[in-house]
Amino acid sequence: MSLAVDRNTIPVPLTQGTSAPGGALVEKIATRQLNFFYGANRALRDITIPLYAKRVTAFIGPSGCGKSTLLRVLNRVYDLYPNQRAEGEVLLDGENILSPGQDVNLLRARIGMVFQKPTPFPMSIYENIAFGVRLYERLSRQELDTRVEQALRRAALWDEVKDKLAANGLSLSGGQQQRLCIARTVAVKPEVILLDEPCSALDPISTAKVEELIDELKDDYTIAIVTHNMQQAARVSDYTAFMYLGEMVEFGTTSKMFTTPADRRTQDYITGRFG
Amino acid sequence: MTMSEHTIKAFDADLQDLTRVVAEMGGLAERQIAKAIEALDKRDPVLADRVIAEDAKIDALQHEIEEKAVLTIARRQPMAVDLREIVGALRVSNDLERIGDLAKNIAKRVGALEEDFGSQQVMRGVEHMAELVLAQIKDVLDSFANRDSAKALAVWRNDEEIDAVNNSLFRELLTYMMEDPRNISYCIHLLFCAKNIERMGDHATNIAETVYFIAEGRTLAEERPKGDNTASTKVPFRN
Repeated sequence: MSLAVDRNTIPVPLTQGTSAPGGALVEKIATRQLNFFYGANRALRDITIPLYAKRVTAFIGPSGCGKSTLLRVLNRVYDLYPNQRAEGEVLLDGENILSPGQDVNLLRARIGMVFQKPTPFPMSIYENIAFGVRLYERLSRQELDTRVEQALRRAALWDEVKDKLAANGLSLSGGQQQRLCIARTVAVKPEVILLDEPCSALDPISTAKVEELIDELKDDYTIAIVTHNMQQAARVSDYTAFMYLGEMVEFGTTSKMFTTPADRRTQDYITGRFG
Repeated sequence: MTMSEHTIKAFDADLQDLTRVVAEMGGLAERQIAKAIEALDKRDPVLADRVIAEDAKIDALQHEIEEKAVLTIARRQPMAVDLREIVGALRVSNDLERIGDLAKNIAKRVGALEEDFGSQQVMRGVEHMAELVLAQIKDVLDSFANRDSAKALAVWRNDEEIDAVNNSLFRELLTYMMEDPRNISYCIHLLFCAKNIERMGDHATNIAETVYFIAEGRTLAEERPKGDNTASTKVPFRN
């Protein structure tokens, strides 16, 4: 299988690492010949793909294609499990985060992740956010209050919870819980946010709020989203990657991928003709 | 381009249904043109009235296509080639509706052409143009049915011949009018008929562009050869 990349629609990044002015594309993360193994099972095959700074990149593909696995590699969540290993390179600002010397805790502060099911801690709304911040920073009570409020505002949740910050995070609705998790992620000031099907358990209104949030967050963050909802990928992302059987089939601008994809398999998948 | 089936079979049925109604509309438009020209040639007001009445059927089909297209978009959220097919069906139905109107307009002029005109030659010219346009419309409808961009491209490039006949007809009619003012009424009406046919040809090329867009996912970039120069044609007055 060949990697179909439309060279006309993917501008070559100017520099690596820092964000260039004028909206020029910068590779915040780049994977190079990335392979991933669950024991003997090879789940990712030679994935080479950029995540551009301050852009939203969507990963689509049928179940088991490796898109969630790829996300798990990007902040090394897989380290927590035995018999799982990655080969190749994942460059964050040009530095390989797969190298043994990488401080994994620091990495996860730089690359935050939100999961499919909302996972608030069984503690107050306030503590849900403050907990992570305290791990990385020593802030005064007032500074921490400000940080919590900022994060909740950023996640468009502040107005709904400002009068009940002491209430248990689990008492919120599913949509609110998910936005709380996004607030928690944002609070530690990451550079990259990984979203693994963040709306699959949410109703359409909560989904719309999260999508609106993604649109606002991309002003400051690099965002990768895995979604089974192709309309959602089309709505929220700037770039889309279609994966199949552990391979990157096609990567391109979302506008191109959903109107005139180059690869027949991409076309079959997005038009609902797959398998 | 052959496409495999959608996982949801009802989606295929929706798209096929849309294509079927467009084809039906196209067939009706072809018959309307043929009948309008026949009515013109034979000065048959009864046939002309039938053409005028039948136009409502074409309009009804266009509404049907619009409703089906909007419903399919709302229900299926089509992407890529599916979306182009639906948008394409809407555009083609617009062009066919206009072609129907132009045929109706020719039929309306039949009543105005009471008196006989000495030269049968100009009427043959109009008929010849109509034959060329009908062939173009038939080909472009075939290309739509088969999503055949090569055939669509051939239609698109072939419009020049119609323009050439229209140009010579235009000059001829101008000459007759200058020869004898009593010819003017007849010639003007025939001139409009010729113009209507020429515009049908333009709509056929529009449809060809749409077919190309559906099949290829991009618009035709090159400049289409254009041969209609009646806008700048003049015939010197000789006394």
